[in-house]
Amino acid sequence: MNKNKNRLRRTMMFLNCQKPGLIRDPYIYGADSIILDLEDAVAANQKDSARYSLYHALKDLDYRGVERIVRINGLDTPYWKEDIRVCVAGGADAIRIAKTETREDVKAVETAVLSAEQEFNRPVGSTLLMAALESAKGVLNALEICNSSDRLFGIALSGGDFTKDIQTTITGTGVELAGARQHMILAARAAKIQCFDTVYTNLDDMEGFRKDVEMIHRMGFDGKSIINPKQIAVVHEIFTPSEKEIIYAKKLIRAINEQKEKGIGVFTVDGKMVDIAFYDGAVRTLNLARAAGIAINF
Amino acid sequence: MEIINTAIAGTLESSDVQVIVEPATEGIEIELESTVINQYGKQIRTVIMETLERLEVKNAKLRVIDKGALDCTLKARVECAIFRSNHIMEQLPWGGAIR
Repeated sequence: MNKNKNRLRRTMMFLNCQKPGLIRDPYIYGADSIILDLEDAVAANQKDSARYSLYHALKDLDYRGVERIVRINGLDTPYWKEDIRVCVAGGADAIRIAKTETREDVKAVETAVLSAEQEFNRPVGSTLLMAALESAKGVLNALEICNSSDRLFGIALSGGDFTKDIQTTITGTGVELAGARQHMILAARAAKIQCFDTVYTNLDDMEGFRKDVEMIHRMGFDGKSIINPKQIAVVHEIFTPSEKEIIYAKKLIRAINEQKEKGIGVFTVDGKMVDIAFYDGAVRTLNLARAAGIAINF
Repeated sequence: MEIINTAIAGTLESSDVQVIVEPATEGIEIELESTVINQYGKQIRTVIMETLERLEVKNAKLRVIDKGALDCTLKARVECAIFRSNHIMEQLPWGGAIR
């Protein structure tokens, strides 16, 4: 398995590939991943131009460890196959598939990616995939999409297109997205891949943004797509475990390791019954704390 | 490659460069305008010439208006203009002539 498949992805920041001023140094803002966009942000008559910018950005610029994901054009357009060739040739870390609706959509991209890896002498399996679900059909097929490819590290909700498809609008309350969010989380967790929430487009409403992030954090999302650097700090703050959570996670890991050696499967920590199933969650808590710059002496 | 039609790539936004290529018959002619011509004019011309050599362009007239683009952007815009002049949009030589 690609070692980056389960890396930390609290924030994924969209950047227009066609804008040199945006893609030259976005690592300074500290997002976990950037999404270099060939799709909606790029006008139809500039699709070709954006690919040259993308290729040289991937090959020539040092993004200092920030994951480089490319959003390719939809499979219903004439652009996606050449998009994949340039992504793989440039060495993108991952490809975000727009408008995913079925397992076959992911399989079609997977086949084209494999072909490109062979054409450009890239290691087979080095290009990961993620799927954006943007319609009722895509959301309802979430589980088959999640299980469609070993390359797929996660699914993401695209709220704007999704609400159009179900004939409503983004209200700011989250009510119109609640069903899709819950369904996608369940599918992603069942398939043991990651799940990402949609963008929050009102940049003037930071309080609303904060409430939105708090809610999706509680729902179990791994992170959120963002459109502006000023949204990064809020997401990272909310996804940073509290001191109490960190102490408890350490206790859990120690206790589970000790009890496992003694052959005991179920026991209590701080008065609460726990077992081995709590282990991964505790490790994830410590990884989130480390990502936030908290020293974990363990 | 030959320059078959006049073609344009890039914008006049900060950090970008606009490149216009036109057919020519007597070698390479570059008309360069840049906000940093005194510091980087020579390097910009070198990058353009290297890009043209990789694409085997022998005859072309280029008008280049630079707004502080990095070398990678300059290469991207020159390549785009040349492939556009040939109406080539797919099966591009990524990692070959484009590198």
